[in-house]
Amino acid sequence: MLFWFLTVMALGSALMVVFSKNPVHSILWLIVTFFSISGHYVLLNAQFLAIVNIIVYAGAIMVLFLFVVMMMNLNDISSPLKNKWLKFAGVISGCSLLLVLIAALKDTGTMQQEVLLNTGKIGLINNLGTVLFKDYVLPFEISSVLFLSAMVGAVVIGKK
Amino acid sequence: MNILALDWAFAIEKMVLIAIVISVSLVIAMYATYAERKVAGFIQDRHGPNRAGPFGLLQPLADGLKLFFKEEVIPNHSNKWLFVLGPCLAMLTAMMTSAIIPWGGTVEIGGRMIDLQIADINIGILYVFGVVSMGVYGIMIGGWASNNKFSLMAALRGASQAISYELAMGLSLIALLMLTGSLSLKTIVEQQISGNWWNIVYQPLGFFIFFVCALAECNRAPFDLPEAESELNMGYHQEYSSMKLGFFLFAEYINMFISCAIIATLFFGGYDMPFVDETKLSGMTALLTGVAALFGKTFILIFVFMWIRWTLPRFRYDQLMNLGWKGLIPLALLNMVVTAAIALYTMK
Repeated sequence: MLFWFLTVMALGSALMVVFSKNPVHSILWLIVTFFSISGHYVLLNAQFLAIVNIIVYAGAIMVLFLFVVMMMNLNDISSPLKNKWLKFAGVISGCSLLLVLIAALKDTGTMQQEVLLNTGKIGLINNLGTVLFKDYVLPFEISSVLFLSAMVGAVVIGKK
Repeated sequence: MNILALDWAFAIEKMVLIAIVISVSLVIAMYATYAERKVAGFIQDRHGPNRAGPFGLLQPLADGLKLFFKEEVIPNHSNKWLFVLGPCLAMLTAMMTSAIIPWGGTVEIGGRMIDLQIADINIGILYVFGVVSMGVYGIMIGGWASNNKFSLMAALRGASQAISYELAMGLSLIALLMLTGSLSLKTIVEQQISGNWWNIVYQPLGFFIFFVCALAECNRAPFDLPEAESELNMGYHQEYSSMKLGFFLFAEYINMFISCAIIATLFFGGYDMPFVDETKLSGMTALLTGVAALFGKTFILIFVFMWIRWTLPRFRYDQLMNLGWKGLIPLALLNMVVTAAIALYTMK
């Protein structure tokens, strides 16, 4: 029941992101999408993932998006994409991405597994922390170094 | 239909609790406006509001009535939907944070254990951060939809200020969470009640950073740059009138009340009455002293917020950013590392 509601909300708002004329509206719809995805996480009892999704994506990254769009004042430009070949190429590449994703997910075996609704404990914060810092500590540290280098790069570019 | 199979008594209990918490926060926010002007009057050596009712106690009602009866203006060039959405979001996010604060202990009424907390969720304090990070949108959307340069500038200022201070706030909190080992506010309060000192004794620096960041997050002076009258006219709510303006102003006071309650919970023992052993009191008395203790602490903190507002001058924008990024964040990192080292050392 809740699942269907959230799914319709996620897909509907994702479509609205693409179809809205005004870029600020697109961003707001994208925030709604993030909220419905967080709702799905809560249904899977992954509260930590849900709230981090909201804090990081909806709360921080989207604010920066909104900043850029507001500063550039894109309202008056109605449709920047006029070239029909460009649209054609976009449709083709989108479809092939969908194809690749479906092909990749087809054989993973997750389809057969029952999803643990409301009972899974892996999403709770202490279990997640234990797994992250015991089994996956090396990938975790490497990705944090990657983030750090991205930050340094941004500062270097900003100083130029 | 499993949607009908829920525990109705539980649902009703929570509904009543939500209604009480929201109406209490509204009343307190209403009288916070009165208290603010009385405190300002006291600090500036004048009377403050004293015409409506005894001691001017009816002043907030008069103000509310005035706002309701004002003409509602929606500017022609504004974005109508977003213009209305802005104050709604500000109010909504201000209210949502109250859901996880434990207002008091547990009491037994008619065979049911009733918790004076709307939801004791696993992620606890992170929920507050989630909601606070949403609070930026009220200001941003309102400021942008007004289609006014001053509003837009104020909105951008407000958002960048909120984002910058959220970081230091989170870092100062990590140090506290290392000591408590739990994100749930209820557990944090219970740890402080059961024999230990309050958290402020262990985390004085963390409390200081958290407090400064809370001031900045509530857009209170000396961090009230988004509404700096002298440079931005009225800031992000310049184009607003009537109750939509009222919502923005009101949300600020609710935010102040809620953040004081959270500070009291995290650092000052929540509903722990000092020098009293709650376990010796009977159920109802213990509950009431607990609630009274929490509200007492909250009111003292609100008074400190007001005191700061009426005594300190406003920062300049670059000073604000310097303080946030070069002052508070390194300090919070230092606090975090020291706390981690001590926690590790004492654990062995």
